[in-house]
Order: sequence, then structure tokens, then C-alpha cells
Amino acid sequence: MSAKNFGSQFFLLLTLLSSLTSISSMSIAAEVTVAQPFIEMRTGPGRGYPIFYIVEASETATILKRRTDWFKIETKSKQPKTGWVHLSQMSETLTDDGTKAVFAYSTREDAVNRKWEWSIGGGELDGAATISTAASLHITKNIALQLEAAQVLGEFSDGWMATGSISHSPFPHWRISPYFQIGSGLLRTKPFSTIVQADDQTDRTVSVGGGLNIYVSRRFISFVDYRYHTVLTSGNNNKEISEWKIGIRTFF
Amino acid sequence: MKDIVDSANSKGESNNKLCFPHFCSGLLLLCSAHYLVAAEEIDFVDPLEDGEDISLIQEPERRKVKISDIDTENFEFGISGGLLSVEDFETNALVVGALKYHVTEDFFVEARFGQSHVGETSFEKLSGGANLLTDEDRDLAFYDLSLGINLFPGEAFILNKWAVNSGFYLIGGVGATQFAGNDEFTINGGVGYRVIANDFLSLNFHVRDHVFETEITGTEKTTHNFEVSAGISVFF
Repeated sequence: MSAKNFGSQFFLLLTLLSSLTSISSMSIAAEVTVAQPFIEMRTGPGRGYPIFYIVEASETATILKRRTDWFKIETKSKQPKTGWVHLSQMSETLTDDGTKAVFAYSTREDAVNRKWEWSIGGGELDGAATISTAASLHITKNIALQLEAAQVLGEFSDGWMATGSISHSPFPHWRISPYFQIGSGLLRTKPFSTIVQADDQTDRTVSVGGGLNIYVSRRFISFVDYRYHTVLTSGNNNKEISEWKIGIRTFF
Repeated sequence: MKDIVDSANSKGESNNKLCFPHFCSGLLLLCSAHYLVAAEEIDFVDPLEDGEDISLIQEPERRKVKISDIDTENFEFGISGGLLSVEDFETNALVVGALKYHVTEDFFVEARFGQSHVGETSFEKLSGGANLLTDEDRDLAFYDLSLGINLFPGEAFILNKWAVNSGFYLIGGVGATQFAGNDEFTINGGVGYRVIANDFLSLNFHVRDHVFETEITGTEKTTHNFEVSAGISVFF
């Protein structure tokens, strides 16, 4: 594979990821009224930024955007001020019908109800190192569809593996939640020409496996995954290989 | 209704007792009819909420959607340039593209792709003509997937005039390096410094080590390849 190819695959992945994000980037302005004595406005979205303005009780502000747990707001006063307010203070404000604004930290409950998920991981496939990335769509709390691309880096050969799979988590509410999966895909193997005289080959694979999702905090879930692949080779015998990996998932 | 009233008027006070139950049942009918219409309206708004209390279904539900639709800017795309020192193969120019996703204020994940073209080993230079690699094999490309932690956020001051927001970050992860015709499993780790110019633009500078095993020079060995780069990125 040439460097150019290598790059184009990476950018394909980037495009996929950014198209995922455009789903959640609709812009709608929402207004809130300060209900507590005051809220602190910072110059930027982080605890390291200085507080430069205090928005007082009963003042109204428009929410412009959000970055992690920070909200950029603009006050509706004669001299509007724009700054960033932390979620903990925003959640004490009121919406224009007098009800408490619903802002919340991502919790385990959000993890259970996650829809889109992106994971990265590393592991071992039949003695070779693997690096993998996957996008998942959760159809229900229990069932998810996943597309995974993995690069296999072995001592005698390199390769790529693409797998589509469906997984079932019987207990999504558990902090350590087991899952089972079946999948099918393609395995491309490129033996090192200096060591083995063999051609590149592409084989179909079917796999069965399972793992554990361990909720870490906020929007992080770590995982341990095991799969048993049957490589449907063109020869007389199918090859059976096992794959282990660990990694981290984040959800949108 | 009119009949009841009319008959009450014409037959006088004595019939009031008789008519009142009629009036009540009429009201009841009207109320239930109204209830049916109302129920139909709810069905029209959201068939899933069927059978629930009307007061629960209305405003608050819509409000929640509105707030979750606020424009979020947790992604950052950047390009950077710098130097990559490849063990035995000199220090060369490097170009990198990166996508970051800020999970929280403190943590982010990052995917990068970088390219360089390595120079000659001292053996190649001294031997005068013997080449270890073809020109094509000197193209080096890598990608990595990493996890970063933001450290020590705060304001930095430049003379008396400017104050900018800045912070350090630690980063590390796995990836692959394509070099001399082979893909090598690579571990990277390093430290960076970031200056946030405004709400959508940041400048960064970092030093990172790429560790991979190679046998280009005859024996299998672990190589440390240091990267120094500076770049610019935008939030979206």
C-alpha cells in the first residue's frame, strides 16, 4: 500500500466522523433567565479563564453554543456581554416559561441511551498487533450495529480487516455490562515479500465473540473484547484465529 | 339544552328538579365529547404519548428538545508542520493533519495523519552510492489514535499588553508507521502547549516520541523518533 493510499483511507475515516457530528450541530437559540443571585461569566470555556462579568438575578441571556460543559451566552441588556458559563450554574437558570432549564452532565443513564458511538482500541490478532476504530449505531438499548476497521501489524505479514457486526447487551444498565456479538467481514493479508514468497490475499471472515463494556465516567466507556474469527480461505481448510482487544468508547 | 331551558320556563319552578339531572347528563356528555376531541388532538401531536396526562405532555417536553439542540462545538481540526527525526535517517520536514474531539474540559481524543520524506543514513553517505532504500521507500507516513489530558489551564501574559489563554497537555496513543515498504505498530507519547487565540482558533506546539521496531539496518531494533511541530486548529 502506498503512502497516498494510507492517507486517503485516513481522510475517508475523518469524513465519516465529521458527517456523524453534523447530525448534532443544528443551531437553535434558547433563552434563559438567571434565578440564583448571580452567575459568573468567563472569557473562555474552561476553569483557567478569568471571570470578567457577573450576570445578576432576573437578567435574561441567549445561549449561543456549547463546548464540553461550558455554554457561551449573550446577555439581553442594553450593553450585551458575551461569555462562557459552566453547566453547574446554567442548570440553576429558568427557561422563558419559568421551568428549570434542563442541562445535565452526561451520566451513566446517557450511556445506556447512547445512539452514536465511536471507539478506538488496540489488541492482538493471532500473534499480530492490531489497531482498530469503529462506529456504532444503537438501535435499542440492547442492540447495536457496528462497523469496524482494523490494521493488523504482524511479524511476517501486514493486513487490514473490516468487520460489520451486530451486538446484544442483555444488561445495559449495569456499570460493567457484558455483550455478545456476531459479525462478518474481510481480511486482507500482505505477507512481507522479504520473508515469505506469497501473494496478497483477501478472505471472507465470520466471527463470534463477546466482551465487557465498563462505564468509566461522563462520556467514556472502556471495553474488553474477544472474537473468534473463522477465515474462509480459498484452500481446503478454513483458518480459525482469535482476537483480543481493549479500548475506549465515547458517545454522542 | 334549549329544550331543557324552554321547558323549565314554561312549566315553572316545579319541574326544575326533573330537569336538573337532564342538564347534568347533557353537561357530562359535552364534557366527554370535549375530552374525546382533546384526546384526538394529543394523538395528533404525538401518538406515542397516548393515554398520558395532557398537562405532562405539553410544554416541558418540547423545551427539553430545544436545549439539546444548542450548537455544540466539541470538534477541532488542525494542521501542523515541523520536524521528525527518524533514527538513522536524519531529521526531516513533517506535515500533519489532526482531528480532535473534546470529550470533557479535561480529556480529548485525537486522530492524526502525518507525512515525511526521510534522508540518508551516514552509511549511505560514506559508502558513496550504496542505497539502503529506494526514493519511494523513503516516503514515511503515519497515523495515530491518542488520548489527551489537559493540564494547568490558565492565562499567559505577553508583555503588558496581551493576555491569552493557554494550557499544557499530555498525549499518548497507538498507531502505525509506514516506512521502507512496511507498516510498523507505533506507540506515541508526548507533551504539548496550546494557546487559545479566540473561541474558534488555537495554536499549538508539541514534542512527541514515536516508538516502533524496524529491521532496515540489518537487525531488529526499537527506534525512537522525535517529532517537534507547531500548528493551528479550528473548533467546529
